[in-house]
Amino acid sequence: MLAFTIYLSFAGALVSALLPGSRPAVARWWALLVSGTSLALAVAGFSQGMGQGRVVLVDVLWVPSMGIHYMLAADGISRVLVLLTGLAAVAGVLFSWNIDLRTNQFFAFYLALIGGVFGVFLSGDLFLFFVFYEIAIVPKYFLIAIWGSTRREYGAMKLALYSFVGSAMVLVGLLASYANTGSHSTTLDALAAAHLPLAFQMWCFPLVFVGFAILAGMWPFHTWAPTGHVAAPTAASMLLAGVVMKLGAYGCLRVGIGLYPHGLDPWGFTLLGLGSWRDVFALLAVIGIVYGALVALAQTDFKFVIGYSSVSHMGFVLLGLVTLNQIGVTGAVLQMFSHGVIAGLLFGIVGRIVYERTHTRQLAELETMHLGRRLPFAAWAFVIAGMASMGLPGFSGFVAELQVIVGSWRANPWWTAAAGVGIIVGVAYTWRALQKAFFADGIPHLHSHDREHGFAAITWPEATGVALLGLTSLAVGLYPRILLDTIEPAVKTLLAGGAQ
Amino acid sequence: MNYDKLFLATLPITMLEAAALLVLVVDLAFLRRASLALRNTSAVLLGLSGCVAGLWALLWAPAEKAVWGYSLPGSHELLLNNMFFSGAAQSGILLLTALTMLFLVGSSFTRHVGEYVAVVLMAAAGGLIISAAQDLLVIFIGLELLSLCLYILTAFQKSSARATEAALKYYLFGGMSAAFLLFGFSYFYGLGGSTNLAVIQSTIAHNGPSPMLYVAWVLVATGLGFKVAAVPFHLWAPDTYEGAPAPAVAFIASVSKVASFSLLLTLATNWIQASYCSMTANPHEGMMHGSMGSMDMSGGMAGCVCPPMRIPSQFVLVLVAMAALSMVIGNLAALAQTSVRRLLAYSAIAHAGYILVGIAYTSPDAVTYYALTYGLTSIGSFGVVSVVEQATGSDRLDSFLGLSKKNPLIASILLVLLLSLAGIPPLVGFWSKFNLFAAVLKLNAGVLPFALIAVAIAMSAVSLYYYLQVLKAAWVSPAADDRPVKAGVLNTLVLMVIALAVLALGCFPAALEGWIRSFYPMM
Repeated sequence: MLAFTIYLSFAGALVSALLPGSRPAVARWWALLVSGTSLALAVAGFSQGMGQGRVVLVDVLWVPSMGIHYMLAADGISRVLVLLTGLAAVAGVLFSWNIDLRTNQFFAFYLALIGGVFGVFLSGDLFLFFVFYEIAIVPKYFLIAIWGSTRREYGAMKLALYSFVGSAMVLVGLLASYANTGSHSTTLDALAAAHLPLAFQMWCFPLVFVGFAILAGMWPFHTWAPTGHVAAPTAASMLLAGVVMKLGAYGCLRVGIGLYPHGLDPWGFTLLGLGSWRDVFALLAVIGIVYGALVALAQTDFKFVIGYSSVSHMGFVLLGLVTLNQIGVTGAVLQMFSHGVIAGLLFGIVGRIVYERTHTRQLAELETMHLGRRLPFAAWAFVIAGMASMGLPGFSGFVAELQVIVGSWRANPWWTAAAGVGIIVGVAYTWRALQKAFFADGIPHLHSHDREHGFAAITWPEATGVALLGLTSLAVGLYPRILLDTIEPAVKTLLAGGAQ
Repeated sequence: MNYDKLFLATLPITMLEAAALLVLVVDLAFLRRASLALRNTSAVLLGLSGCVAGLWALLWAPAEKAVWGYSLPGSHELLLNNMFFSGAAQSGILLLTALTMLFLVGSSFTRHVGEYVAVVLMAAAGGLIISAAQDLLVIFIGLELLSLCLYILTAFQKSSARATEAALKYYLFGGMSAAFLLFGFSYFYGLGGSTNLAVIQSTIAHNGPSPMLYVAWVLVATGLGFKVAAVPFHLWAPDTYEGAPAPAVAFIASVSKVASFSLLLTLATNWIQASYCSMTANPHEGMMHGSMGSMDMSGGMAGCVCPPMRIPSQFVLVLVAMAALSMVIGNLAALAQTSVRRLLAYSAIAHAGYILVGIAYTSPDAVTYYALTYGLTSIGSFGVVSVVEQATGSDRLDSFLGLSKKNPLIASILLVLLLSLAGIPPLVGFWSKFNLFAAVLKLNAGVLPFALIAVAIAMSAVSLYYYLQVLKAAWVSPAADDRPVKAGVLNTLVLMVIALAVLALGCFPAALEGWIRSFYPMM
């Protein structure tokens, strides 16, 4: 059933491209119908899969001469991320309800992107994985370049080239592994079972891991993320932060750690205190956490604050992955879900609800607008999203980051100490943005005419989108077992190096 | 070999030549006063039927598939090898020729349509000869037939100064490179004592390596590097691509490339083919009967001690150097172009670089796959360029502005084709690259091929930038004016078929691959 999320999205994209451009409402409702059905399928697949292990959905020999399978498979990690994609897709459509320019094309690219993302999370074959991964790159370029805002062509091209360079690194690694195993199948199981030589894993692992981590926003390859997020239209920022960055992290986990388990082994010597790729990537992740948070603290553009906070939060995902212990990796997967929901919510509030009414994202200008009083819905939605983002108990972010922290403490207490700094700064930048944008009542009006006209009322798509994402984060925060029960067994098998 | 067998074995070429003559006669004798549209249509129809007949003769006619010559009494030497190893390239040449001719309908760059189609058909015949030739003289005859026709095609728009300039440049470079090639061939003759590739190969293997071989391979690589537009022999390409009429460019970019790469493959792997053919056929009894099914592979190969597939190391070095230079310089130079034709010319140079990697590391089926699919995609790209040119009068990036609004269908076709050239799945360009790189890496030949592949993949990441520049103009930027971009029904239909084929072959890569592999029985 989950496989139909992919087909439905691609078919929906094709139909959307053929819809009349003069009737934006048709395209909107069509996109909502398609993404809503995908979400329903994802929820159904998720609940069906509870308590089950890995299930192969489709397995057809695709290119016999190279042993490439068209194989879709779902384990707990996939199901959770497919669910996230479904949620983000619906919320994205709701938050782009106001797109009037070439609406049919917008949703065609949008749904094609979603289809690619579903495909990546469900792929059971390395090359199918790569195919879907690349399919997800191209629509992003057009979404940002056509419908974006600030420096959109620059941001879009930067993002496309970073992604493509990353996937080029991955492709080199994949081709090398394929040639090296000499196996007759490229399914992830077969490649994992082929036990690549140790020396090979040592150099191939960092290549593939960095290639994927570029898309996950790993410092110092993160610079595409803030510019891309800011340039993108709201729905695209939501997807970018919500699911596309997760593609990178998922690739690091499923392919990087899954296929090259010994790539993280010690080198046998230490250089500047680093003794393995694990140390290197943990260091980069920790730098990303702290650096992203500190830079977010200094931003004057509201959307850049969220953009850098994404870099910081994705640092937790990467840190969790390289702990290589049950609790840390589980935390990383949960953090993927949690950050996907929360970042989507934050971008929706900032990019859509606030910006479409105030036409500015500068904190200094927002300070003068008394949004806390004039847009109470936005203010309180942001309070909730901000609390979730800070990692307050009761929200998904808390459970996820706690697990990552505990996992990394077991692996190396120093990492935890540094990451803890990131959490504290995280509270600071969220608080600062919240206070400046919404509750700066002490500052007098600069724009006296603003007093005259009120802001447009909150529309139903906005309210629904906020409710969908906010309640999800709250539900997972209050009862994390609903996801953890699915994630934990999958992580256990993956770490045991057994079947993917 | 008697003459009726010779006739049967050269039937595909004969079909093309007959069609060429027929086109000339019909145009000259019956249609002198007819409208250009009618003459166009009849010439294209006759040309198409020539290609179809050639294809029938090649694939289905119960005919001789090899042409043998006798230089000395009692010896036999393979001149043309029409089926195995070259069959895929030959079929591709005929199909792609037919596609490029279709663009003639509705175009108006020349009034001499009969001559144009005749020259195209003769060029295709030259292509058929070089992709099957096993003898230096036959190679040279085929190559000159192809080249001379290409010079004429480039200059066909007599009223255009740019076309004349392009043709002159092409001709001067071409004449020079043919001289180099012939000089190289003379060394081979001197070293091998024969014009037959298999004999040369075995004589050289017997006598041991000679330093003269390096000279010979470098000279040959110079001549053929020109044909495939590999750096540093690429200088003609941007000017020719820019100046020549669009259908001619489509032909040069596809058919001529496929044939030339097939020839390079023959030179690189000739003795493998020769030994295979002499094992499966005894020319004295005339047993080389065509259809693939009748060939008993296992029986034929039973007594064969298959030597490892390796091509002369001197040639590998030259090819590797050309490949690396072409990939890097082609892709980097393309970044700076504002003329889409020149951009595609540099991208063609880059693609030639990727293919040369495959030839250097002997992956004939992957190379053929790449050359054929690249030819198909570039015909489509030039088709789109010519549609835009006819509407706006220019091929600058600016004239693509707002194409998605002016003609969404053509813009979508451009999207598919350029993304395929950039190697984005699930389009066929991805699989041809992937197939080629995987085939090279599978040989486990050491660090050098791996480094080349890494360069190739890194350079494809670079190439995305310039393809996106074109797509940005077509899809992102607003239109500068509201002149419509209209395409003829047939043109649109052909372009749509090409785009759908690019998508379908990308989604089901195994079909084409299996078909090509069936021509390489030793794989």
